[in-house]
Amino acid sequence: MARYFTDEHEWIDVDGENATVGITDYAQGQLGDIVFVELPATGTMLDKGGDAAVVESVKAASDVYAPISGEVMETNDALEDDPALVNTSPEEDGWFFKMTVGDKGELEGLMDAKAYKAFCDEL
Amino acid sequence: MKLSGFPTEGAVPRFNPKPAESGTVMSDFDTGTDEEVIEVGTLPLDAWHRAQGARMVPFAGYHMPIQYAGPFGGIVAEHEWTRTSAGLFDVSHMGQLLLSGPDLDAAVEAVLPIDLSTLKLGQQRYSLFLDEEGGVLDDLMVSRWPEHLYLVVNGATKWDDIGHLREHLPDDITLNHLEDRALLALQGPKAADALARHVTGEYVLSDLTFMKFGQFKLAGHDVTIARAGYTGEDGFEISLPADAAEEIATLLCGEPEVKPIGLGARDSLRLEAGLPLYGHDLSPETSPIEAGLVFGINKRRRTEGGYPGAERINREIAEGTARNWVGLRLEGRMPAREGAEVFAGDTRVGTVTSGGFSPSLGYPIAMAYVAAGHAAPGTALDIEVRNKRLAATVVQTPFVPHRYYRGSK
Repeated sequence: MARYFTDEHEWIDVDGENATVGITDYAQGQLGDIVFVELPATGTMLDKGGDAAVVESVKAASDVYAPISGEVMETNDALEDDPALVNTSPEEDGWFFKMTVGDKGELEGLMDAKAYKAFCDEL
Repeated sequence: MKLSGFPTEGAVPRFNPKPAESGTVMSDFDTGTDEEVIEVGTLPLDAWHRAQGARMVPFAGYHMPIQYAGPFGGIVAEHEWTRTSAGLFDVSHMGQLLLSGPDLDAAVEAVLPIDLSTLKLGQQRYSLFLDEEGGVLDDLMVSRWPEHLYLVVNGATKWDDIGHLREHLPDDITLNHLEDRALLALQGPKAADALARHVTGEYVLSDLTFMKFGQFKLAGHDVTIARAGYTGEDGFEISLPADAAEEIATLLCGEPEVKPIGLGARDSLRLEAGLPLYGHDLSPETSPIEAGLVFGINKRRRTEGGYPGAERINREIAEGTARNWVGLRLEGRMPAREGAEVFAGDTRVGTVTSGGFSPSLGYPIAMAYVAAGHAAPGTALDIEVRNKRLAATVVQTPFVPHRYYRGSK
């Protein structure tokens, strides 16, 4: 399994033909207290870079983009009752959705953990 | 996801860039790279905020703290701290103006719908700058000082307000912009205890009741303190010399009850208190009567008129308005933000002007202008957010009861 990062602060764990997507610890820190996560419906076809979810903090709504193209297979029901999971465990329990990997080629150009850390250090 | 700005909606007056005098430009929290920020001003406590771990954002032309770091930092924690203890807010971006001159009361009454014959020394009152059509140009506080009237106006509008006053007041009225003063608000149920330890004055702090002000000594500095604020809690607004701001902020935050609170919680607190924010809930497109601010038009002026927009406003007081500013409680957890449209069935009946998740109540709340027939508490409405309809009910405001100190504990 490999984890990739986008420059829009999503992470994606790829395991064969399937992937899990969430937002990074850096992102949740910037957003502050998260009060609601609007997740895509199962079966939604996502386009790389297109709108996939919306995160509502106390003050603002922020769009989350699809790191790659594919179909939404499952969403994290735990976020419905406890959206603050995104704050407390953004890169594990606070995952957003699972999706198919439509085109492995789209993973090229995403960052690994080291590159993403360097990217955030520059911000 | 988009992280170029924080937050993108909320406590941010979206005004036109302007003020040549300050050399600064109004800005939004959402200062993405595509948005040019020419220059943002610095307030007296800038370095102090940064030392406290503040996240600074451009607001009303200045770098301002939106929230602080640490275990009690973050909007929700700061919000809850203010509701249960005491929070220190830096509101030095606001304009502090001092007026003096011959026939001052009559001159000011020609500009504001206030009855100054009933504003006694040591009293403060809410008022409004209005245009000729009765639209709101700003809201403000007016206090009577010895030989002077002291005004506190919103930061983002202060240069316009100063221009408005210079244009409409006679030449022999002196307007002094107190740019050498800072303004701190100490708000919350334990604010009085914390402040009383450091204040001496013409009377004891417990005699200072809601909407009164007095001159005091605070850590040896001459300050004026008003018992007022923008959170719905008991609290104080302290005008002090700018060069004493760091010392006094440090002193107050050294009290166990007090922590610094940023703009983010200031906005969620005032929303729960049902208090309007200029540039969002009030604008030249809204009349104060629509906004439920009839108390800002003092009784004598409702019959006498003689202030800008009096014809429309006094007519609205008598006949009512076509729309009203109301509170809405939303079902579920998804908040509705400024600009969201309000529906009764398929009919659009209004627009949200402020909205967010209420930390104290645990559900989303909003303020909206809705058509008068849909404004009664208990009315079921829908709010459209990202093509979804959220169920909402009109409720009485404030959402969280005010706890102002009116004496006689």
